[in-house]
Amino acid sequence: MTRRSKSFYPLLVFFILFVIFLYGPMFAIITLSFQGPDGGLTFPMNGVSMHWFEQLFKPQRVGDFKGSFLRSLWLASIVMALTVAISLAAGLAFRKGFKGASIIFYLTISSLIVPSILLTLGIGLEFDQMGLESNWYTSGLGAHLSWTLPFGLLIMFAVFNRFDKSYEEAARDMGAKPHQVLQHVVIPIIAPSLVGVGLFGFTLSFDEFARSLLAMGVHNSLPLEIFGMTTTVTTPTLYALGTLTTAVSFLIIGLSFALIGYLRHRRNSRLDKAG
Amino acid sequence: MMTRYLQITPLLLVLGLFFIGPILIISIVSFWDYNEFSLIPDFVWTNYQELFGSQVTYTIYLNTFKFTLLTWLCTFLIGFSVAYFLAFHVRSLSWQMALFLLCTVPFLTSNIIRMIAWIPVLGRHGLVNSGLQTAGIIDQPLDWLLYSDFAVVLAFVHLYTLFMVVPIFNSMMRIDRSLIEAAYDAGASGWQTLWQIILPLCKPGIAIGSIFVITLVMGDFVTVQTMSGGQSASVGVAMNNKRALLQYPAAAADAMVLLVTVLIIVALLMRAVNIRKEL
Repeated sequence: MTRRSKSFYPLLVFFILFVIFLYGPMFAIITLSFQGPDGGLTFPMNGVSMHWFEQLFKPQRVGDFKGSFLRSLWLASIVMALTVAISLAAGLAFRKGFKGASIIFYLTISSLIVPSILLTLGIGLEFDQMGLESNWYTSGLGAHLSWTLPFGLLIMFAVFNRFDKSYEEAARDMGAKPHQVLQHVVIPIIAPSLVGVGLFGFTLSFDEFARSLLAMGVHNSLPLEIFGMTTTVTTPTLYALGTLTTAVSFLIIGLSFALIGYLRHRRNSRLDKAG
Repeated sequence: MMTRYLQITPLLLVLGLFFIGPILIISIVSFWDYNEFSLIPDFVWTNYQELFGSQVTYTIYLNTFKFTLLTWLCTFLIGFSVAYFLAFHVRSLSWQMALFLLCTVPFLTSNIIRMIAWIPVLGRHGLVNSGLQTAGIIDQPLDWLLYSDFAVVLAFVHLYTLFMVVPIFNSMMRIDRSLIEAAYDAGASGWQTLWQIILPLCKPGIAIGSIFVITLVMGDFVTVQTMSGGQSASVGVAMNNKRALLQYPAAAADAMVLLVTVLIIVALLMRAVNIRKEL
């Protein structure tokens, strides 16, 4: 090990401070959500209890928490599946190239950077003018896909740019048909990245607010419900809700990482065997 | 050839219905007329005339640019330092990935919750105020910590620094380490290497990060609304207020001007980068 350069220790301290900045506030509300029944929105802790989590499941206190929670889980699952399927298909098409590929690529990227407030207003107006009812599974779903698909496609680009074509050629030389090459060679190799695309699709949808605002119709998704609560709820119930949704996000992230690790391990040992 | 078009069709459908369609509708409606009850299909310039004729518009844009510039500066300085630490000081690849993921995970949790999380930290009786009071540094709690422009920029930096870290880290990882060795061998100091080798080679990453941060802040409405406690204005907030008053054509004209502004900024930044080469 060579000697650390002068900038190492200041930057290490800076990095640690950055991580505290990232996670600190989150830990504050997780701690405060276990506040005793008489406790308030700030420290100190006034006892420790599950009181505010119980409040969460009493419908009269905080609106439609359970409904919006389940709705958001469903929506996130649908968005996840569609994001993986559509990004993979588009990634395969881009890889082979087609007329207008460049324009479509930039259109997809534009969908990422277009101001969310404009998009949600536009989707709301579009459904209104077409005489369609805005719903979480129509306009809401589309609003989320406009946000998740660009991420999915960018990941697919990164994946295929690093893809070793010789595996496919070998399979083709041995007589595999195109769909067999896809099913038995390409997909197993890129499977960990597909889980990554799915993770993005799920979590980005589960937490999406800005594009959902005017696109969800009458039934709120969870982030919209939480936003409504920020102005009306002045008890730690709000924090309990924050803790619960963060726990869901962390659970999904953990499961995905485990699955990615497993798939990579399996792939690499098989590739080694194939030599 | 047929397969490729089939494979790209789902993406095109989504883009058509939920990206191009909404923008077309907005551009059409921005020329419509309206009264208290309904939209009146028409072709009038009044929405734009009112927008550009009002002093408020310029104040709001100035305020939005202020948020954007401050956020950009903070996210760039923090993002670059963090990426630099990860790329050049962390030496094992597995540590690099672990720390990189540590920075990425909060991005996958709820933005609203991450904003709310500042309340017990920055509020009048929050951690910062009570800490400072206990330490005897201040007598009265600081009011400008929460529900202020400071809180807005802090929340933006908290939410969006990751968008700077990732592309800059990506650029840094592609820098051939022998270039840096060569610079040192030729007698360059640490600062000279940073300014003349690393920074120029990170330009594409910085441009991509800037595009993300600038467009997210310019188009924001919920962060400004929540963190300023409704006391500060931005283009997004103004647009949402018009929308709440059912003045859709006025909001649409606002949206079109915002879109053009953002596109000009992005076009300028895109000169520094070829996105497809960066992936």
